[in-house]
Amino acid sequence: MCADLTADLVVLGGGPAGGHAALAASGAGLDVVLVDEGAAPGGQVWRAPGVAVSNHAALGPDHRAGEALRAALTASKVRVLAGHRAWLLQAGFTVHAAAADGAARLQAPALLLAPGTTERVIPFPGWTLPGVMGLAGATALLKGNRMLPGRKVVVAGAGPLLVAVAASILKGGGTVAAVVDLGSMPEWLRGVPAMLGRPDLILRGLGWRALLLRHGVPYLTRHAVLRAEGDNGVASVTVAPVDGDGAFEPGGNARRFEVDALLVGHGLVPASEAARSLGARHLHVPALGGWVPELDGLGRSSIAGLYIAGDGAGVRGAAAAALAGAQAGLAVAHDLGRIDAARHTAEQAPLAARVARAARFGRAMAALVRIRPGLIAAIPPEATICRCEDVTRAEIEAAFDEGARQIGQLKAWTRCGMGPCQGRFCGPTIEALAAQRGIAAEAFGPMVARPPLRPMPIGTLTGDFDPAALTLPPSLPSS
Amino acid sequence: MRIAAGVERGPAVTFSVDGVAVAGHIGETVGAALLAAGWRDLRSGPGGGGRGMFCAIGVCQECVVMADGVVREACRLPVRDGLVITTRRLRDVR
Repeated sequence: MCADLTADLVVLGGGPAGGHAALAASGAGLDVVLVDEGAAPGGQVWRAPGVAVSNHAALGPDHRAGEALRAALTASKVRVLAGHRAWLLQAGFTVHAAAADGAARLQAPALLLAPGTTERVIPFPGWTLPGVMGLAGATALLKGNRMLPGRKVVVAGAGPLLVAVAASILKGGGTVAAVVDLGSMPEWLRGVPAMLGRPDLILRGLGWRALLLRHGVPYLTRHAVLRAEGDNGVASVTVAPVDGDGAFEPGGNARRFEVDALLVGHGLVPASEAARSLGARHLHVPALGGWVPELDGLGRSSIAGLYIAGDGAGVRGAAAAALAGAQAGLAVAHDLGRIDAARHTAEQAPLAARVARAARFGRAMAALVRIRPGLIAAIPPEATICRCEDVTRAEIEAAFDEGARQIGQLKAWTRCGMGPCQGRFCGPTIEALAAQRGIAAEAFGPMVARPPLRPMPIGTLTGDFDPAALTLPPSLPSS
Repeated sequence: MRIAAGVERGPAVTFSVDGVAVAGHIGETVGAALLAAGWRDLRSGPGGGGRGMFCAIGVCQECVVMADGVVREACRLPVRDGLVITTRRLRDVR
């Protein structure tokens, strides 16, 4: 069954950016449909708990921000289409979305994308073992299900999610064997001036660190995961010291921890495929996480009527995303002639300064998760790069040796990126491997974004179509 | 694995995985309920090795299972009473 909807604006993604874009546009008088794949808006950071939570205070400010957003959306005229995934976008704009029990086709003169990010995980031997999970995934389990990802875990990688995840596990009654951080204390301290605009976040971070200290959790800076091992799932994690470039120190003292989960993440990558599938111009900006759309200051893309906001347009954090969403929502209302230039200017004015301050904090965090070439170089030849198709680094390097210089060639020669995740997890690593050979990201290119933007059951495509109802032309008479 | 403090779980349900009964609560995902029951290995990778929930937000497709005969992401699929889950193993496709 396919529902047809029309609106002034369709917003894809109900996290901080999409939610606030929908509210701003609706507040300015637009008829808005907000599409989100979750059971309720909130996205990843402001995720709605699936289980009932009786002690909301224990869940912290992100949970409260999510509850506030959901309440505001309920009180607004925004039509929320939850549990729907957009799989095909067409110019003009038509959005095809699929749900577990049906489909929807939405039409609107303006489309606003707020797709968020996927997590970057730099491969190591054993990263495909069950029990190895992304930091964002761990957060989803903790927030959505109030479930520990493991009883005894190592938390590894880079950036602010490390302490956030470790602290949540301790609060939930789990054991953290160690936090393993690529960064060093001086690197964290370099970010402090940019963080001073957000004392609330500094305090929250310090609170997490204090909790780790109280539990006696070893915090290993300048360390990385050497390998994970186990038979049917991860049973141990070996970590070793690295230099500032991420390269393992020769003769460094490796340490082994016995665990039932390894939570690892090396930063976030903007989910640019929806915007690229429509042909919006993109730039490669490592400081913002990778490929990001070319935008004016208010979220307008290179395509008239297409707007993009939030971390999906460059990683700056949830606070900046919510403000950028509001900016873009107002810009849509202005561009569709619903509010005049004077009102538009007046309503945008207070947002600009706040978004700049919030983005400064986000950029300081982004510096911590920059790709470290030494860690990329240290990926062993036998390590799996593309999880979906089991393509190893040796196979990728062989394709480079044979002359592959573009991502499309690598896909054709090795099948990397051709599995069901559609290259979302191996893509950033392969790009980093290309960079090690001096191939510029612009020449190498992102993987071509093609529909369906997400895997979907074939039954959703065929809908109510019954092949038996086809009227076939009469066959040619046989002689 | 279930965090107890400050949480009121939904009604208890029972579903099955490869014929084994597993307990869950309304509001949980299949992936989370399986993790609590000790199931980390949810399918075979292309080389035969086990795979489990990895991104846990519906992107990586590592945790896909058959749910009442349809391929679904365990990390996003809500549990319900009587749901029949079968894991996808390499032996099934070779």
